[in-house]
Amino acid sequence: MKPASGASRMTLRPSSARSMYAQWPLYAMIVPGAILLIIYHYLPMLGFVMAFQNFKPTLGFFDSKWVGLDNFVYIMNLPNIYQVIWNTFYISIMKVVAGQVFPILVALLLNEIRINIVKRSIQTLIYLPHFLSWIILGGILIEILSPSRGIVNQIIQAFGYNPVFFLGNADIFPYVLVVSDLWKEFGFSTIVYLAALTSINPHLYEAAVVDGASRMRQIWHITLPGMTPVIVLVATLSLGNILSAGFDQVFNLYNSSVYETGDIIDTLVYRMGIEQVKYSLATAIGLFKSVIGFLLIAISYSLAYRFANYRIF
Amino acid sequence: MVHDSSWSNKLFQVCNYSFLILLSLLCVVPLVHVLAMSFSSSTEVEAGLVGLWPVDFTTDAYAFVLRKSEFLDSILVTLERLAIGVPLNLLLVTLLAYPLSKEVKVFPLRTYFAWFVVFTMLFNGGLIPTYMVVKETKLLDSIWSLILPGAIPVFHVVLLLNFFRGIPKELEEAAHMDGAGHWVTLFRIYLPLSAPVFATIGLFAMVGHWNAWFDGMIYMNHPDHYPLQTYLRTIIIDQDLTVLGAEDAIRQFENINPRTTRAAQVFLGSLPVLLAYPFLQKYFMKGIVLGSVKG
Repeated sequence: MKPASGASRMTLRPSSARSMYAQWPLYAMIVPGAILLIIYHYLPMLGFVMAFQNFKPTLGFFDSKWVGLDNFVYIMNLPNIYQVIWNTFYISIMKVVAGQVFPILVALLLNEIRINIVKRSIQTLIYLPHFLSWIILGGILIEILSPSRGIVNQIIQAFGYNPVFFLGNADIFPYVLVVSDLWKEFGFSTIVYLAALTSINPHLYEAAVVDGASRMRQIWHITLPGMTPVIVLVATLSLGNILSAGFDQVFNLYNSSVYETGDIIDTLVYRMGIEQVKYSLATAIGLFKSVIGFLLIAISYSLAYRFANYRIF
Repeated sequence: MVHDSSWSNKLFQVCNYSFLILLSLLCVVPLVHVLAMSFSSSTEVEAGLVGLWPVDFTTDAYAFVLRKSEFLDSILVTLERLAIGVPLNLLLVTLLAYPLSKEVKVFPLRTYFAWFVVFTMLFNGGLIPTYMVVKETKLLDSIWSLILPGAIPVFHVVLLLNFFRGIPKELEEAAHMDGAGHWVTLFRIYLPLSAPVFATIGLFAMVGHWNAWFDGMIYMNHPDHYPLQTYLRTIIIDQDLTVLGAEDAIRQFENINPRTTRAAQVFLGSLPVLLAYPFLQKYFMKGIVLGSVKG
């Protein structure tokens, strides 16, 4: 079946029935987005040449001196660089593990709630923090965790303990990050697991009951296997973000007294690049992070494709 | 599932309800505490007497905050950014998603373009080079610096293109028979069918623009140009008392101090998100499920 108007305009091959109508709109639609992507996403990739230069804004890309790998050598010799890389891995791995295990547990428990209005109310409350910015949540945390006047420390003192300087004590700061990130995101993370739970065939449970399986055995043999693809998918995809320990959160909660355990790659790049205007050094660290991050994402996507049959598009 | 009325199951149910209800309260109690502080007098706040309910109720903190020109100006910047940014996001996402949702035999370069778009999500130039480009394109201190660099949320493109692929091909073919080109097909057939996904993407874009603070901080040299969240950062996180206003301004209101005004601003800064939240909740579950189910 061919549109009559098209037949007169074009010479036809039998297989090209679909190309009867003009294809140029498809290209035209892509142009505005492509231009913006080229300018604000691909052009900055060229900016990586700065990592191999002693870049001076007054001289520009073409007249700044080439220094080869000097910037990278300098960075490797920074006294705190390995600590920062370690902090990044340590914080983000803890976040990934806690941020997956806890929502799975909550999704399983929510699934046991039979009264619908209770279930929905709980969901409404636990999704909420996800939508607030780290500025707002940071403000709330700074207020309630304050050692001298925050309500959390008032409670701790009421039980006879000494106040804890949650945001100023380098020993506990990473855990404050993990717990507060979990607080913000666990609810929202349950959505995907709940969706997986509802897609499990209810006949499986009925059959299990007939066979005399207890509730725990049902969870172990039906629910968890039913969730496995989603669990594998989320786990592999989170691998790609392991170098991003959460700039928005860390930047709004940290201070110089917790740099030792709380400084991460992104915050170091910010201080070096924007505050100290060492463009070349900051770009070199950024390049390191982008390349490793890209490799990790590529690995995680291919794992996700292999084990969970996941495709981006 | 089948109901089980054994004793151990009842115990489990009681524990489960208690645990989950406590957990869900834990998610909002800190916000309620700060809200209560913002409506309490400064003496009660300093004495640590405010829990989850205002003590010695007063709206002075809000009266003070709403008279601060910096606060109001920053809201205007954010509103401008929303007014331009959200429609632009939606338009660009739609225009990219439609061609990329076509099959290769319809649009031969589809796969190349799709990777061209998705690659920007996987690899990026990093903070400094992006900053340099924004600077070189003369966007510093302009509202466009908050809009153009992030004008294409790639994740939303993927979401919408996967939805488009789920729309039955027959609809499109029927439209083409009647002489409709791609523009007409997109705007008269695909878009009306995509209202729920559109609502999802639009609401997410709104929340994203409202919550964004980092771009304002690095691309705006003058604090007058700060969007709300960037301005709030100087008050709430840096606790910069000079930005808070002159001492005289504070003395006009006996019932306030930096803590109550900060609390008021925390609440005002989250208020639009809280108001939009019922709509968000209605759509985001659908949106996320849609995004994960491939057409």
